[in-house]
Amino acid sequence: MFSDMFYKLLENHIFLIGIWETLYMTLISTAFAYLLGLPLGILLNVTDRGGIYPMPAFNSVLGAVVNAFRSVPFIILMVALLPVSNLILGTSLGNAAMIVTLIIAAAPYVARMAESSFKEVDAGVIEAAQAMGTPTFKIITKVLLPEAKPALIVGAVISTVTILGYSAMAGTIGGGGLGQIAISYGYQRYNDDIIWVCVALTIIIVQVLQEIGMTLARRTDKRIR
Amino acid sequence: MIEIRNVSKTFKTEHGDFTALKNVSLTINDGEIFGIIGLSGAGKSTLVRCINLLERPTEGDVLLDGVSLVALPRKELLKTRRSIGMIFQGFNLLAQRTALKNVCYPLEIAGYSRADAESRARELLELVKIADKAGSYPSQLSGGQKQRVAIARALATNPKVLLCDEATSALDPNTTQSILELLKDINQKLGVTIVVITHEMRVIDQICDRVAVIEDGIIVEEGPVSRVFTNPQSNMGRELILSGVRHIERVVGEKKLRVIFNGESTYEPVISNMILETQTCVGILYADLRARDGKDYGYTVIQLPDDERAVEKIYAYLDGRGMKYAEEV
Repeated sequence: MFSDMFYKLLENHIFLIGIWETLYMTLISTAFAYLLGLPLGILLNVTDRGGIYPMPAFNSVLGAVVNAFRSVPFIILMVALLPVSNLILGTSLGNAAMIVTLIIAAAPYVARMAESSFKEVDAGVIEAAQAMGTPTFKIITKVLLPEAKPALIVGAVISTVTILGYSAMAGTIGGGGLGQIAISYGYQRYNDDIIWVCVALTIIIVQVLQEIGMTLARRTDKRIR
Repeated sequence: MIEIRNVSKTFKTEHGDFTALKNVSLTINDGEIFGIIGLSGAGKSTLVRCINLLERPTEGDVLLDGVSLVALPRKELLKTRRSIGMIFQGFNLLAQRTALKNVCYPLEIAGYSRADAESRARELLELVKIADKAGSYPSQLSGGQKQRVAIARALATNPKVLLCDEATSALDPNTTQSILELLKDINQKLGVTIVVITHEMRVIDQICDRVAVIEDGIIVEEGPVSRVFTNPQSNMGRELILSGVRHIERVVGEKKLRVIFNGESTYEPVISNMILETQTCVGILYADLRARDGKDYGYTVIQLPDDERAVEKIYAYLDGRGMKYAEEV
């Protein structure tokens, strides 16, 4: 039923290594993308016209930069950003180099995701915080972030799945993971079964991540009881 | 004391400038409950936000105990806001915090330790009679309960002033009643000056000492509730307060009737009973009556409604009582 290649890969734990590589590329990239993207999202929200610290000109410029990054298809952005990896790590090959490009490509996406989560926070609650004499920075830490937390978690799940998809493309330009296995052992050597195994494994990973994230979001949210 | 001095507020919109407040001046004394009434869009919400500078006046000044808030540096302004509590129509509680933690919020901002904040918050929940809900989240509370938590939160930092922006407009009549009683209670117990913004005259009537009527960003009338409510001078005041009376003016027509009292009725308020029994409104234009031995002598001139069937009912009632009457020209 399966090809010889499948058994060979299984014997050498290639699938397990692939799962591991996909997971750590995705999770590390997501974590760093949030480190960059979350502050950007806060800035986008706070400096918006109706935000708590309006700076319309700055907001437009930042918005334009974020949009520019988001307009470029990931596979092109990834290739374009390889020199950046080279600059930071001294190499443009391997998983570490892929993580650098993934972070830069995903951060603007995360920024917009976070921005939309902050938009959900009731304007009246922010007004109440201002009426109680809350300084702008504390509104971010004590109102915006805690009140948006459930939405941020949902956003993080969606971002993680998107970045997992991006990480598969990394297989085409020298990264590892399930994407690379599917392409080099499956597609390029005509082993359809390997492609389908990788697809199935990816679906399972996404399902598990989704389930964990959504449960977390539900548990955190005190609005629905 | 709050002094609002010549405050104007202009908003820049896509369709040009919109002036929400025009040269408003008001003085609100310590310890009083001051009402501001107006239709929606009259500028009352903007006015109340000018008191704690959530909206910065385009012109004019706001003084709290003689200190100009407009001139305060931002840091000082934030500190001053702790002495001005505020509650809202939509309650505006933090949805991800329990009732207790909501009341803790302003205390955390003011730099209280966690333990101090919690013990003070418990006192306040006790004061607003909702201590049993300390661990509940806003989504688990009713509207009235949420407003009680909001009041506790607004009072946490011992403010001198409490601003209420349509605080009962989202509540049913019974809950409104209990929240108004709570506000009155707080005013008396703690001596907090309360500013109430509302479109409901009932709210003003029940708790306010003085009232200002606002229309299109202008204060058209101001005075003690007892005076403004019995004898409003402005058109808007009359519209808001005497809306029921206007209704009667419309149904009463041109025809007048002289009802003659010849001692037929004994201790009976004939005209009142006639109105009640026939369910028709009449205007009383003139009366000259004398009571002798419990009997009325004299006449009353009433204005009849235009509706002929209603007039027939009135005639029938008077006939039934054996009253004499004559149409006036």
